[in-house]
Amino acid sequence: MTTPVVGVLALQGDVREHLIALASADAVARPVRRPEELAEVDGLVIPGGESTTISKLATLFGLMEPLRARVRDGLPVYGSCAGMIMLADKILDPRSGQETVGGIDMIVRRNAFGRQNESFEAAVTVTGVEGDPVEGVFIRAPWVESVGARVEVLAEHEGHIVAVRQGNALATSFHPELTGDHRVHALFVEMARGNRRVGAL
Amino acid sequence: MSSTPASSNPSTETGTARVKRGMAEQLKGGVIMDVVNAEQAKIAEDAGAVAVMALERVPADIRKDGGVARMSDPNMIEEIIEAVSIPVMAKSRIGHFVEAQVLQSLGVDYIDESEVLTPADEVNHSDKFAFTTPFVCGATNLGEALRRIAEGAAMIRSKGEAGTGNVVEAVRHLRQIKNEIARLRGFDNNELYAAAKDLRAPYELVKETAELGRLPVVLFSAGGVATPADAALMRQLGAEGVFVGSGIFKSGDPAKRAAAIVKATTFYDDPKIIADASRNLGEAMVGINCDTLPETERYANRGW
Repeated sequence: MTTPVVGVLALQGDVREHLIALASADAVARPVRRPEELAEVDGLVIPGGESTTISKLATLFGLMEPLRARVRDGLPVYGSCAGMIMLADKILDPRSGQETVGGIDMIVRRNAFGRQNESFEAAVTVTGVEGDPVEGVFIRAPWVESVGARVEVLAEHEGHIVAVRQGNALATSFHPELTGDHRVHALFVEMARGNRRVGAL
Repeated sequence: MSSTPASSNPSTETGTARVKRGMAEQLKGGVIMDVVNAEQAKIAEDAGAVAVMALERVPADIRKDGGVARMSDPNMIEEIIEAVSIPVMAKSRIGHFVEAQVLQSLGVDYIDESEVLTPADEVNHSDKFAFTTPFVCGATNLGEALRRIAEGAAMIRSKGEAGTGNVVEAVRHLRQIKNEIARLRGFDNNELYAAAKDLRAPYELVKETAELGRLPVVLFSAGGVATPADAALMRQLGAEGVFVGSGIFKSGDPAKRAAAIVKATTFYDDPKIIADASRNLGEAMVGINCDTLPETERYANRGW
């Protein structure tokens, strides 16, 4: 079986940590900043960062429409924190002009867990990740206010939805890339591998 | 080291090293802009800044006005926190841990223990482990950077010379830090003990830096960036992002220049995009030649 090529949207954010986690999870990982680079990947991670900045740069450099088109066509995507916001069909309180790629029928609330002083670590049980709970690192993190019927809720923390999946799109409020535990990335690499197989048939 | 003041759930932990350093990881590839009011903060956010630094006077004005530069008015910091959704940083004087306590109570996302303000203690920096809010500190060389990390800093910025609009000192300090790390990489274990002594930094941090080939925390560049090409230069030299102080709001068209610096910081290795970003920006800040700057007016000398 061939190794999937997984891109990390490298406009801004913790790109390096995602590249390392993906490589550890048996993917060929590479940064993506241009439409032609996006066309060459079997899966894409939208990293943590500032969602307003990433959104603005994606629009400015002609990536927003290609991103939407590939996600619509079923490209496996995973977003952590700011990446989760980018994959939401709707933001509860967007900054003026803040656009998202969409792909998951959910409404997210930005910085829902509070400012940096309230950022925290907590164990999170994630459906589809075997074994011990994941170490959840939540940094000025969003949560999911509500989801549509086709969205599977994978994890909650204190009654708030913090991990979801809809088809080939996966999103977490927290940052598995900041821990040494790459099981969430392994789950996503499997999604990308499955998609590559279908594409190759 | 960590505490859980804000949480009712004993299984969640705030203020950990991972949460503090992880916050800086989220800023990488971005531009942090000095702003003096809510209106400027909005311009910075609209231009794509990843965070703003709230302060009463930009460094160029601190230079001009003279006198003692202190922490900003809490009202002004709160107005900026209200105005934007991106993280808000604010500066405390070196060693003035009460200013830092005040900034933490206001809910700022990062505290900059900064040489741009007048130092409050000529021997000691603040104990940064005592805070839930993470700290960024300036450094001119590797030893200084590692001493700040040993005190709890979760992010480092090379100092440069703030308020000059002259990138020469930023280049000097970043090159110094990168060169010293490259030298450490070539040392064997026996040599690392002596290196720690020379650097006046804890052995464990020296060893970790040698193994990683970079600082154990995020490294930004600051102090003199005034143009898109300046920002791209610092990134090509190895900075993971840039602070821009006086360079934006002391220029002819701040909104346009801010957006241009953001573009050049993301595509720092693409001269064509940097060229496009550099077109028709209006006047840059005038700037100061650092070799005519008296020793007593060099902020980078503050901190030890």
